[in-house]
Amino acid sequence: MHESEVNMWEMIVGELNHAMQELARNFAHLLPRLLATLIVALLGWVIAYALKVVVRGILRIAKFDKLSDNAGATQILNKLALPSSSELLSRVVFWVVLLGFILLGVQVLEIVGLQEYISRFFLYLPRLFVALFIIFFGLVAANFFSRAALLAAVNADSPSPGLLATLIRTIIVIFAVTMAFEQLGLAERTILIAFAIAFGALMLGLAIAFGMGGRDLAKQFLERRFLKEKEDQKQDELSPL
Amino acid sequence: MPTHNNAKTVGETVQAIRVGLLKYFPRERVVIVNADGGSKDSTREVIAAASINDLQRSSELYALRTLHCISTIYGDDPATEVALRTILAAAELLRAKACAIVSPESTNVTPDWIEHLLRPVYRDDFDLVTPLYRRHKFDGLLLRNLVYPMTRALYAKRLREPYAVEFAFSGRLGSHLLEQQVWDHGAGGVGTEMRVTLAAMAGAFRLGQTFLGTKQHLDRSSADLVPAMRQTVGTLFSSLEPNFQLWSTNHATEPIPTFGAEHDLTVEPIRVNRRRLYQQFGSGVAELEPVLKSILSPQTLAEVQGIAKLTEDDFRFSHELWVRTAYEFAASYYKSVINRDHIIQALAPLYRGKVYTFLLENRDASGQEVEANVEALCLTFERLKPYLLDLWNA
Repeated sequence: MHESEVNMWEMIVGELNHAMQELARNFAHLLPRLLATLIVALLGWVIAYALKVVVRGILRIAKFDKLSDNAGATQILNKLALPSSSELLSRVVFWVVLLGFILLGVQVLEIVGLQEYISRFFLYLPRLFVALFIIFFGLVAANFFSRAALLAAVNADSPSPGLLATLIRTIIVIFAVTMAFEQLGLAERTILIAFAIAFGALMLGLAIAFGMGGRDLAKQFLERRFLKEKEDQKQDELSPL
Repeated sequence: MPTHNNAKTVGETVQAIRVGLLKYFPRERVVIVNADGGSKDSTREVIAAASINDLQRSSELYALRTLHCISTIYGDDPATEVALRTILAAAELLRAKACAIVSPESTNVTPDWIEHLLRPVYRDDFDLVTPLYRRHKFDGLLLRNLVYPMTRALYAKRLREPYAVEFAFSGRLGSHLLEQQVWDHGAGGVGTEMRVTLAAMAGAFRLGQTFLGTKQHLDRSSADLVPAMRQTVGTLFSSLEPNFQLWSTNHATEPIPTFGAEHDLTVEPIRVNRRRLYQQFGSGVAELEPVLKSILSPQTLAEVQGIAKLTEDDFRFSHELWVRTAYEFAASYYKSVINRDHIIQALAPLYRGKVYTFLLENRDASGQEVEANVEALCLTFERLKPYLLDLWNA
């Protein structure tokens, strides 16, 4: 009895020793990789920070904030209590680069199943940038064309220039957002169908409004456009030059 | 003579030029150059058919030299810029001492015009001679309310018609213009005539102006306000950046030697829809608020919005507010706060407000009173020039 107890105790101690040795071996095996991960992350932070400074400098030289003002993006950012466009973009670059390096570092740890997700992330990055690019230039285009329409309508003395400008801005923004979502691969079909329905409904609504509800208005508009305007022009004998 | 589909008027104009040349410059070697922008009508045929024999049969004119007439097509699309450059290049090749540009859309060109334009250049060594016209007191209001006073204040030259479709220039100025980058100024080729005048004002050239008589034009483009503003105001604004050193340092304005009357205004009543101008100003200021916010200072915008609320009878766009508005538009154009063409378009409704005030103030005014009003505006532009400099350097 006494001998068996001694054997059991020796077995427990042996197993514990074995476990400790295994743990120490695993830890010794993991430690360099962990250190490598930390070094990669640290290096990533340095590179990301340097890139952030460079991108911010380039954007300031290129007067990106002014372009953003013109595009109307600054107003949206102010409403959301976000920093300026150049600051925001440089921060995005910082976090994307840092995250990329952290994921690279994690890859060194050789955690099963994680590598696939990491490679997916890297494959997704270009699409994210293209989507951001589409959104930004969509806003620029929406602002430019809506302002051009507003000015042309005001100078042509057309009715409801503000409504026309808003309509043009909305259509371009919806179009850009749809393209961006499609690029990101998020609910592609849903977004496309929603866009088609919204756009179709808008056009149908306008057609019905002009054809049915606004029949008299359309008549007045056409009369004013082609008859009264000529009459007015005859009255105005002023030549600017 | 630059042309494009001017068959209706070009025949008489060419004959007037021929008579003018034979009558006033019979011993000189002369040539008529037509640069055509691909006319689809019979413009070129009309020019070619205008024979010197027609003149000799109907008048006492005798040619001592052969009077050549050359017509060339510079392209399929009309472009005043290309037409003028073609004519300038031809003048330089021919070593012309003096050259006159005549608009084919002028319906009342007389032989005297050729003499009035060319003589100061040919005999008196002037480099640029611009026209003065007999106008109605409410004609050419963009020139009188903005282009002339602002050009005068900034370039310090009292040239009454900075945008001239008829003018004469010396061979020296022609060669200078060909060497300059006045042909592609980012303005899409519009306002070339104005760029010629501004280049001459910016250089050390002798400027003169000559009275031609009544101005009658079939110029369809000048009837539309926005294209007219692009041609004149847009060109003036775009010239300020390259000529900053010049206009920021000159002070006293110089009178320009004038041949004939300096101004001749007619005052017969004409039908003008003033109410429409008032309404367009009001609706323009309201609708364009977000655009004007990015161009005008808060104080000027508030004042403009303030007068937009006044009734038709009380409405008055003061000289001072108008000058500050114009200068703020010029500074915003320089800084490209928004698209430059949009800045020019946004000025149109405000100009209508100023025109409304001009019409109201000068409804019963005589020619002298109208001129006094224009002079007061010019002096306001000159007085507030430091304000533009402050905006420019801010």
